[in-house]
Amino acid sequence: MLLYILKRIAGMVPAMVAISILAFTVIQLPPGDYVSTYAAQIAQSGETVDSAVLNSLRERYGLGENVVVQYFKWIGGIVTRGDFGDSFEWNQPVTELIWGRMGMTALISVLTLILMWAFSLPIGIYSAVRQYSVTDYVATAFAFLAMATPNFLLAIVLLYASTMWFGVSVGGLFSPAFENAPLSLAKIWDFVTHAWIPIFVLGTAGTASLIRVMRANLLDELHKPYVEAARSKGMPEGRLILTYPVRVALNPFISTVGWVLPALISGELVVSTVLNLPTAGPLLLQALKSQDMYLAGAFILLSGGLVLIGTLVSDILLAISDPRIRLS
Amino acid sequence: MSAPTEATDIEAGLLDQQLTAGRLQAAGQWTLFWHKFKKHKLAVLSLVIVGLIYFVALFAEFLAPQDPAKFDPRFTYVPPQAIGWFVDDGAGGSRFQPHVTGFDIKVDAKSFRRIFTPKPSEIIPIGLFVKGQSYKMWGLFDADIHLIGPLEKNKPFFLAGGDRLGRDLLSRTIHGTRISMSIGLVGVSLSLIIGMILGGISGYRGGLVDRVIQRVIEFIRSVPTIPLWLGLAAAMPKDWPPLQVYFSILVILSLIGWTEIARVVRGRFLSLRSEDFVIAARLDGVSEFRLIMRHMMPSLYSHIIAAVTLAIPHMILAETALSFLGLGLQPPIVSWGVLLQDTQNLRAITQAPWLFVPGICVVVAVLSLNFLGDGVRDAADPYAK
Repeated sequence: MLLYILKRIAGMVPAMVAISILAFTVIQLPPGDYVSTYAAQIAQSGETVDSAVLNSLRERYGLGENVVVQYFKWIGGIVTRGDFGDSFEWNQPVTELIWGRMGMTALISVLTLILMWAFSLPIGIYSAVRQYSVTDYVATAFAFLAMATPNFLLAIVLLYASTMWFGVSVGGLFSPAFENAPLSLAKIWDFVTHAWIPIFVLGTAGTASLIRVMRANLLDELHKPYVEAARSKGMPEGRLILTYPVRVALNPFISTVGWVLPALISGELVVSTVLNLPTAGPLLLQALKSQDMYLAGAFILLSGGLVLIGTLVSDILLAISDPRIRLS
Repeated sequence: MSAPTEATDIEAGLLDQQLTAGRLQAAGQWTLFWHKFKKHKLAVLSLVIVGLIYFVALFAEFLAPQDPAKFDPRFTYVPPQAIGWFVDDGAGGSRFQPHVTGFDIKVDAKSFRRIFTPKPSEIIPIGLFVKGQSYKMWGLFDADIHLIGPLEKNKPFFLAGGDRLGRDLLSRTIHGTRISMSIGLVGVSLSLIIGMILGGISGYRGGLVDRVIQRVIEFIRSVPTIPLWLGLAAAMPKDWPPLQVYFSILVILSLIGWTEIARVVRGRFLSLRSEDFVIAARLDGVSEFRLIMRHMMPSLYSHIIAAVTLAIPHMILAETALSFLGLGLQPPIVSWGVLLQDTQNLRAITQAPWLFVPGICVVVAVLSLNFLGDGVRDAADPYAK
């Protein structure tokens, strides 16, 4: 098992390198470089530009040298010192801006993922076992509608509904009183009362497609001979379904993490902008709009890393649930 | 008396069944395809809706009552007008005359909001095929006939309400249909070309090439799409003309969209490679090109159509999200996503909930494309049970 996990981690390295090259490409795309933008910005605000500072910046990012050197300076800084470069818009190291918000994004994404599984698993099983029942039709109709609604639209409709009909605003993740308060039970409760809205908005579409996946997987299994055999031996139906076909159908379901997690992070970005959450989304959007590329590159790199970790977790879960994978 | 009739009925039924069965055995692939597709009622309905939406996209200039860019600050957030059918003829009776009514406009002294109260006395007759503002149909020739509109040019006519600048939301949504739906279609054709080539090579050649292409696909699918799209979109110079932006967005969306099509094509190629008829053709000395084009492709078409239909809604949703965030298409181009930018302002939507209309269009379009794609996919294998 340990060997399997180590192998998986080793397998992640090329993917991580590929993501870092991608992120670096995005950093390099806009015309002009960081230092000239920075100099122009300072000149605009009427201050004099200290050429010694500019030169030290050029030296630090390896600007003016070839792209490969620049890449290694950038990635070297990240790997050795955790230095993602500076955000010229905020005039701060990217690291200071990013970690707290990225943590919030990860928290929301993981919570949503867990809740999505908690809901879609039983609904999907029920939908498959009672195929063409009223519940199945309702679940199917819900699934299709949820998959067709852009999540930002759902967020706005919720905002609209809560303002119009309940007279409360639903933005943010904390009440103002708790924003900077130390962690306490009351603060966690405050978080829960705020966080369910983004989680609901984010999770709906994914839950819908997971219901479809689980239903289709289980339907493929339900009519196989081994199920018939167990049934003919008089096994109670409920136990039969949970012990055999569900266990087989669970595998593709677990491996959906590979595409659910990237979709969640993408969705989080859009939804948090609408709901004004203190997560990575609004900051990234702002960074991109002002072409603050080191900040943007760090986001792409980190969200890619988050997905890799998620995939690793799902691989481990798969190995736990399926001995064929664990022992091969 | 009744028994013999019944028997003949059954016989007739049997005969009919045999005939149908015979016809089915001899029927071509597309006949079988259509036969199976028809059974999926929702998919047939969706086909009609998708057809209608593309019809609207094609004839946007003619169908839109007004020029989408024409603004009139007097009608900021004007509510939708209802169509009335009869008017008083002045002699106690009423006569048939489709119309909308004008407004009394007052400006609230405190909030500076405009308050519109319908004025039943001001009747604006409307009709079909009326002369309105002139436009250039498909950019080719001048015309000024609109499907529906006020008989008297320049009278207020807002079936879906007005926006921030008093532009007609219905006309804007109709023009947005053209951009949003064409992004889906053109973007998918681009993905299709890349996907067919790479997926085909991957499935047909196998071996190392296959493994490399598969790794690339896996990698692309594991990157969160929106941050990447945004990163690429943000790198576009801000002074590019709208058309160039439009095509860049297309390319950006297709860079990721091709993977699903490549996956489907590869899967089919892999399973076809070992089919008897393919091996027979190969042993017969058929050239590789002819083998792929003449023998393998025909059994791929329907699967490809299904994959394409299912890819279009993804494109539409992606474009909508990108434009909504302000990094996709930019005004003056009108797409559903661009129109939905206005809903970001909570004050605006509480005052003018009809700003959600383009959102409803997105949902309907995506829903029907999904159902259509499902139906096509189920029908794609006409020989399966």
